[in-house]
Amino acid sequence: MKILVCISHVPDTTSKINFSENDTKFDTNGVQFVINPNDEFGLTRAMWFKEKQGANVTVVNVGSPDTEPTLRKALAIGADAAIRVNAEATDGFSVAKHLAKVIEDGGYDLVIAGRESIDYNGGMVPGMVAGLTGANFVNNCIGLEIDGTAAKAIREIDGGKETVSTSLPLVIGGQKGLVEESDLRIPNMRGIMMARQKPLTVADAIDIAAETTSVKFEKPAPKGAVKLVSAENLDELVDLLHNEAKVI
Amino acid sequence: MSVLVYTESEQGSFKKVAFEVASYAKAVADQLGTSVTAVTINVDDTSELGNYGVDNVLKISNDALQSFNAKGYAEVIKQAAEKEAAKVVIVSSSADSKYLAPLLAVGLNAGYASNVIEAPTNTAPFTVKRTAFTNKAFETSQINTDIKIVGVSNNSFGLVEHSSSASAEDFSPTIAELGVKVESIDKATDKVTIADADIVVSGGRGLKGPENWGLVEELASVLGAATACSKPVSDLGWRPHSEHVGQTGKPVASNLYIAIGISGAIQHLAGINASKVKVVINTDPEAPFFKAADYGVVGDAFEVIPQLTEKLKAFKAQQ
Ligand SMILES: Cc1cc2nc3c(=O)[nH]c(=O)nc-3n(C[C@H](O)[C@H](O)[C@H](O)COP(=O)(O)OP(=O)(O)OC[C@H]3O[C@@H](n4cnc5c(N)ncnc54)[C@H](O)[C@@H]3O)c2cc1C
Ligand SMILES: Nc1ncnc2c1ncn2[C@@H]1O[C@H](COP(=O)(O)O)[C@@H](O)[C@H]1O
Repeated sequence: MKILVCISHVPDTTSKINFSENDTKFDTNGVQFVINPNDEFGLTRAMWFKEKQGANVTVVNVGSPDTEPTLRKALAIGADAAIRVNAEATDGFSVAKHLAKVIEDGGYDLVIAGRESIDYNGGMVPGMVAGLTGANFVNNCIGLEIDGTAAKAIREIDGGKETVSTSLPLVIGGQKGLVEESDLRIPNMRGIMMARQKPLTVADAIDIAAETTSVKFEKPAPKGAVKLVSAENLDELVDLLHNEAKVI
Repeated sequence: MSVLVYTESEQGSFKKVAFEVASYAKAVADQLGTSVTAVTINVDDTSELGNYGVDNVLKISNDALQSFNAKGYAEVIKQAAEKEAAKVVIVSSSADSKYLAPLLAVGLNAGYASNVIEAPTNTAPFTVKRTAFTNKAFETSQINTDIKIVGVSNNSFGLVEHSSSASAEDFSPTIAELGVKVESIDKATDKVTIADADIVVSGGRGLKGPENWGLVEELASVLGAATACSKPVSDLGWRPHSEHVGQTGKPVASNLYIAIGISGAIQHLAGINASKVKVVINTDPEAPFFKAADYGVVGDAFEVIPQLTEKLKAFKAQQ
């Protein structure tokens, strides 16, 4: 089985978000980048398929050379090969188009992406990839097993979960639950050394018009101070929630 | 040329988000000087949609679509959009809509903007404001394609009533192979879900252990609220993963979010910040949550919660 894990390179979850160039660009100054958390769960599940079922795992990112350390980290965790598509990730659609090309060229059976990236929060790349390649698609995936070309997946739904059956080729939008938090791996020294020997191929961008364009960013208005209510006077809280906030 | 809106239902009744996206579609249709067509799947009585500005309803009744299937649903909505020659298609930000929208976008060659929080600021170029960086910022985005899909953030636009009536016609699109088959569903049907809830009561590690969740559940039940938790609480197995909220969990956009024994880490706040009013109950006055909240009680959850529950019961009894 050939697995492609889509890796989005995103600001660390604790990053302060700022913008530059007249609020048109994300300011990367002082920002640490990491593997998108949803993709980290997916990558770890891919490692399980590699170790238990002999799968071959390639990681891919659509982005500038700045994202290569993130791909190297995925190689250090255990992926066999990496591909960087040398294109700026301008909108979800163009990323999906680039990924679809990688998938067609490489003949992958299973594509593991994340439910959403924590920077753009588009939640659209995996579904578009499935739509473009004609593969089956399971979103909000929290469990996956493959047997031959048959797949059984568990997905989170509002208020619970559902078990679905489908078949390869398959794209999933994964999230926490795909593996447990405690299963996530930190690259060790040996992994980091080995990653240096593994292939990181740079693929050329293709010509695609973006379907959406980012015009401007802004930050939410600063919040007013909290109103403290004494623990001895909870009637006041009830009153505030009813008469002032009007939420009960 | 009408604006098409997909109005979601569950077991034949509309979900609350259906009326919100209908209200949104009406606002877009007014900007464009056109009408609103809703598409419904397996709903008998669609008249309620008229109250939110829908002019016409395409009613799809199909046993193969009894349980949600993203590909099948995207396929029939696509055919509805083509029938109406719709240039704008509105969906919600529910898990189902987020699942089908990218497939629909590919099918219609449409640009898709998700997490949109207001009516378009402009229709040519088509410009919308959406949240990005998990609620830490807003992005103004233009959709450049001929057909546009807008995913409206839950609880952002609100309900806008219109006293009109919606005519309905049966619509029978063709369905291709579905590809993914539901084998079983495991869902607590008696509980309010986080996605649908107006009020969410959430507990953190400060509650010390799963045996104390009765307190949270009782408070939630008085308020008709959904229960949620911080990430460590679900990692520790005190509560199911489906209750984990935050940047890597479920997003929350409720009217009221009550956080008990949750410190207010940036990853937690990012996922719940879209809630309108936030209340924090924490023993530590320095907990970061106090900076993000509207109302706060510095106190021990094990004392505050039972009292608050009693006071709210009394309040509810008076209403
Ligand atoms: C990549 C990444 C993603 C993450 N995503 C998420 C996410 O999506 N959601 C999320 O929640 N977290 C997330 N986290 C974890 C986050 O950083 C925090 O660790 C977590 O939110 C802390 O949970 P907590 O507030 O329940 O626990 P703690 O930080 O341990 O806080 C417990 C709080 O309870 C208070 N307390 C103690 N006793 C009492 C009492 N008797 N009464 C009242 N209060 C009391 C304490 O004062 C303290 O403030 C993520 C972390 C990382 C690295
Ligand atoms: N630039 C990118 N390169 C590779 N994969 C990506 C990229 N952007 C998004 N993805 C994948 O698509 C998922 C959802 O991203 P998004 O649609 O941006 O929310 C991510 O979790 C990744 O798996």
